[in-house]
Amino acid sequence: MSTTAVESGTGSGTTPTPPGNGASDRARAEQRLGWLLAGPAFVVMLLVTAYPIAQAVYYSLFDYRLTDQENISFIGLNNYAVVLTDQIWWISFAVTVFITVVTVAVELVLGFALALVMMNALQAIRPVLRAAILIPYAVITVVSAFAWQYAFSLDSGFVNSWFSWLPGIAADTDWFGGTYTSLLVICLAEIWKTTPFISLLLLAGLAQVPDVLQEAAKVDGATWWQRMRKVTIPNMKAAIMVALLFRTLDAFRVFDTVFVMTNGANNTETVSFLAYRQTIARVEIGLGSAVSVLLFLSVVIICVGFIKGFKVDLSQARGEN
Amino acid sequence: MRRARWRRALAAGVAAAALVGLAGCGGAPAGPPVLNWYINPDDGGQAEIAERCTAASGGQYRIEVSILPRQAGEQRQQLIRRLAASDTSIDIMSIDPPYIPEFAEAGFLAPVPADVAQRTTEGIVNSAKEGASWNGELVTVPFWANTQLLWYRKSQVEGTGLDMSKPVTWDQVIAAAQGADSTIAAQGIRAESLTVWLNALVESAGGEIVTNPSPGDPEGVELGLDSPAATRAAEVMKAVSAIGGPGFSTASEDENSNAFQDGSAMFQVNWPFIWGKVNSAVEDGTAEQATADDFGWALYPQVTPGTPSAPPYGGINLGVGAFSPNVDLAYRATECIVSEENQKQYFLTNGNAAAKLSVFTDPEVVEKFPMAPVIAQSLQQAKPRPQTAYYSEVSESIQRNYHPSAGIDPVTVGPATADLIKAVLAKEELL
Repeated sequence: MSTTAVESGTGSGTTPTPPGNGASDRARAEQRLGWLLAGPAFVVMLLVTAYPIAQAVYYSLFDYRLTDQENISFIGLNNYAVVLTDQIWWISFAVTVFITVVTVAVELVLGFALALVMMNALQAIRPVLRAAILIPYAVITVVSAFAWQYAFSLDSGFVNSWFSWLPGIAADTDWFGGTYTSLLVICLAEIWKTTPFISLLLLAGLAQVPDVLQEAAKVDGATWWQRMRKVTIPNMKAAIMVALLFRTLDAFRVFDTVFVMTNGANNTETVSFLAYRQTIARVEIGLGSAVSVLLFLSVVIICVGFIKGFKVDLSQARGEN
Repeated sequence: MRRARWRRALAAGVAAAALVGLAGCGGAPAGPPVLNWYINPDDGGQAEIAERCTAASGGQYRIEVSILPRQAGEQRQQLIRRLAASDTSIDIMSIDPPYIPEFAEAGFLAPVPADVAQRTTEGIVNSAKEGASWNGELVTVPFWANTQLLWYRKSQVEGTGLDMSKPVTWDQVIAAAQGADSTIAAQGIRAESLTVWLNALVESAGGEIVTNPSPGDPEGVELGLDSPAATRAAEVMKAVSAIGGPGFSTASEDENSNAFQDGSAMFQVNWPFIWGKVNSAVEDGTAEQATADDFGWALYPQVTPGTPSAPPYGGINLGVGAFSPNVDLAYRATECIVSEENQKQYFLTNGNAAAKLSVFTDPEVVEKFPMAPVIAQSLQQAKPRPQTAYYSEVSESIQRNYHPSAGIDPVTVGPATADLIKAVLAKEELL
């Protein structure tokens, strides 16, 4: 059986023709209206994102300590050299990549399952079910981090006593006493919190799969699994990629959970945490800005990698096809 | 029409927002000048003192309190960020002593007038005077002083033969806990409290973490972490961690006070807040009176037998913001805040020990805090944490290398940390 996918962009014929020399007056008017409508938002975005980013890039070239403002000096790329030659940067980078890969992979599988459940649930319980699945996403990350920390902590936690029948878990298992156990709890909390987000995006993708194709496959005698692999997933590839991209960008900036649970102990520091510590705790604005800029570059690389490598069409997320 | 209704609703919203905005800038309030006092969170004692001093000023000023974050490090971060932007709204601040040199060095503190300095340091415990000063000069006004004691469960110590009426050593405490198959609670978590513990051990062994604070030149800071005293301190730290119970590497003051209260630890080094905590647990019915009666206290353990220990010193001192428009009034207000009566009330209501020695012999204080004489003695012996304008870097570096304390190598951890601190201060390494 061959893969059956609907080409995006050929749907209802609303795709505007690119306005050029030969564009009609109407197309030009529409373009002008488009700029007028998007313009204010574009200016606001420049103010609230481009300006701080530019400022961070500028500060990262200076030796700038907040409590010693008389001795600010230009040092070129020295801050970047310090960061990139430091072992701590690379450990934090590895930890961040680990958390990102583990959480996004698990969330994708779980999120897909939840999306299927939401899609196929009985009409009567569908609203309740959707609300129930989305609740964790409505919880503030710091609050969820504290809740998970209390659950696993030695003095107030219940995990040790509930799961003591599992090998490796005893009444005195100190989850935050080692790197891998700490990372496990951090990943669990992240997964619990953001799976609803991914399942919401995937639900939108599922809804876009045309029923006609499903029915045709059924008539052809395809099993559930075959339909899933050959019809459903190929048709929602764009939605999957957008969900993955958004979550990867988000997961790479993980901060709150680590800050609350371990405060960076036992090599659980992430890149964002490193930026926080240099900028806010050490008040070394220059060095901290360099870490932030490197974090920004990592995120840009991930983003470009996804869009170019997997041919993600971001307009899919907005249902524009 | 739906669209028209939307537009009307939007217009109404904008108008309402504008009105609220206008009401917000309704000009300066009449009456005496307002002094903003940035306080650390407590049980309401500082707000009460603010009210009393406002009333006592006879209309000269009105003190308003603003609450800072819970962690000392976060209090420092907020104050520093505001002061770096020359915030004129900061008149008085409650500052944790180790950060005072940084504030002073950055020029964030208004100089203490000589007469205020003289009046507010009369009859003050040694450690509080030292902790309120930088470069031999008083830069803040001592308010209240804290210290850690060695707490023990009388019933559990009884059978071990350890005589708690005399000063004991860490080695004796470890042996007693091992003999009784119990644990010692100390602050093994990667946090400021780990530095507090290490500093007390190093100072008790006769050493110093920072030997030359080198004001103004971070690269000139000299460290004593490669000294025999620092090695000895690390040995004690490792030995205590080994019998510190399962959650030692994540235990803060709160976890430890719980472990001690429920009897799973027979010793703990901790601040006196635990006395108030157990007594209110008894009042609430969540603890037995017998538990509180079983609490014993003694001076912080010695590292070298016969050499008095150097217990941790903490507490709060009052700084006056350099950019405040009311420096004179603010200093007048601090004098009221730190009066003997206020220190006593604060001790009684919030359990925070006074900086003035005379408070510790007050009958009311002694009745409520039977360990007051021991606290006073401990405060006289106590040593502040390393006094340097780069305290945050020093402390964070220590926490990075000394945690988890059960896994340190006492011989190499000190020199390695000294190297890290030097590299961090030279801005050659991240933290």
